[in-house]
Amino acid sequence: MSTRAGTVIVGAAESERIGTVPDLSALQLHADAARRAIADAGLTMADVDGIAAAGQSPIAVAHYLGITPTYVDGTMVGGCSYLLHVRHAAAAIAAGLADVVLITHGESGRSRVGAGPRWGDPSSPQGQFEAPYGTLGPPTMFPLGVLRFMKETGLTHEQLASVAVAQRRWSSQVPRAKFRELITVDDVFASPMIAYPMHLLECCPQTDGGGALVLTSAERARAMPGPKPPVYVLGTGEAAETPLVSMMEDFTSSKAFRRSSARAFAEAGIGTGDVDHLMIYDAFAHLPIYGLEDLGFVGRGEAGAFIEEGHTSPGGRLPLNTNGGGLSYTHTGMYGMFLLLESVRQVRGEAPAQVPDVEVSLAQGVGGMFMAAGTVILGTQAAAG
Amino acid sequence: MVRDTAQKAAPTPTPDTEPYWEGTRRGELRLQRCASCSNVFFYPRSACPRCGSSEVAWFTATGHGRLHTYVISHRAAPGFEDEVPYAIAVVELEEGPRLLTNIVGVSNTPEALELDMDLEVDFEPRGDQAVPVFRPASVPR
Repeated sequence: MSTRAGTVIVGAAESERIGTVPDLSALQLHADAARRAIADAGLTMADVDGIAAAGQSPIAVAHYLGITPTYVDGTMVGGCSYLLHVRHAAAAIAAGLADVVLITHGESGRSRVGAGPRWGDPSSPQGQFEAPYGTLGPPTMFPLGVLRFMKETGLTHEQLASVAVAQRRWSSQVPRAKFRELITVDDVFASPMIAYPMHLLECCPQTDGGGALVLTSAERARAMPGPKPPVYVLGTGEAAETPLVSMMEDFTSSKAFRRSSARAFAEAGIGTGDVDHLMIYDAFAHLPIYGLEDLGFVGRGEAGAFIEEGHTSPGGRLPLNTNGGGLSYTHTGMYGMFLLLESVRQVRGEAPAQVPDVEVSLAQGVGGMFMAAGTVILGTQAAAG
Repeated sequence: MVRDTAQKAAPTPTPDTEPYWEGTRRGELRLQRCASCSNVFFYPRSACPRCGSSEVAWFTATGHGRLHTYVISHRAAPGFEDEVPYAIAVVELEEGPRLLTNIVGVSNTPEALELDMDLEVDFEPRGDQAVPVFRPASVPR
């Protein structure tokens, strides 16, 4: 069964505030974003019969909002969970399991209010085979393959730094972005070394924030139009590779990126040349490089030069991470919701740094540290055919 | 000199991994080989991840490998305060599998740590357990 273009996003919103929000708990951020997304859709909570959430239990979110859902998705595979929620919701809506699905994100990643404990169990695979070696969260783990990538493909430190530089060109146009000052490669090199080869400016900040989406069938959206044009779900994919970044099959390529994106392209019936706007989850500067290559937008070893030459920057032929990305916009911990929200804004034509004439937008998420991946291709009604 | 590593994170063995940790406590690096498809794999599991056979047998690896990739952390995890900056590295064993580890007996700098350099296993305490770490090979392979 294909879910192609049978499902639309009719509501999309971020929490009122993002960045540093010490007066709201993680659950409150879910709820704030949820209410705003429902309002954006022109609906009420009573219309919602399906819920999906990660970080907080979907049951907790539903009960907090006064919903008794009859479709529940608690898929929790890290920062791309929300992309998987979209995929599952599209299938559920197409199968008649749900009419209106609310997907929520909220994380007190900076202020840690109601956020729960961060790290794990010494008997888990990570606890036995990674933590004893002095790992200290994602900065010391996620970039593990970068030196191998450099050796095998010729990627340079300057090219890696240019990812952060390019994204500031976008965030400088985005009022809600955490970091908006333009930077140079030298600024990146002058920032503190966090875990060689990654400098501070090649690592995302930790922020607070929430986001939510409302999905329904294209048929219902046609019968009961909301205030905003519906954004069509053209294709989706998901994949999981390994719970341990140290066990990834190839340190220069994400198998989950390749599998997930191939599914999404096939379902949408399009190729890379049809994509007008691209979001690639960038907790760290190497991720857009892996993503561009693993999704097939450029050839092996070409992504660094492609970004360095400005092709992903404002005015370039492949606008990438137009909110400034996790590096500059916001990164709550599980940033994937913000990929989707920027894709929706670009397809609707309401983004702060709007790209002209976006018919098709692709969002590529990562979960954990190359643990899992989700891909969502969105488009206008015209793109949906 | 014996370094006090009591505060470093220590692994807690599980039934499927206990033979591995029993080996490291004795100064042996043990791997599993599938009797059905000959796949050698890490981390320890109760069945072969390639073919699914539960006919897997432990053996002692040579302890030789090469430096596959790494980061150098400039922030100290608990117990690593005296070592920062230190490498968190992936070693590819000559039997094929890769594992995360630390590199000892050599300066942990980009200049000294060359990818694909020859390494050999050593062991360091972590709580009641011992973990494999790697040092430059005394005799290059």
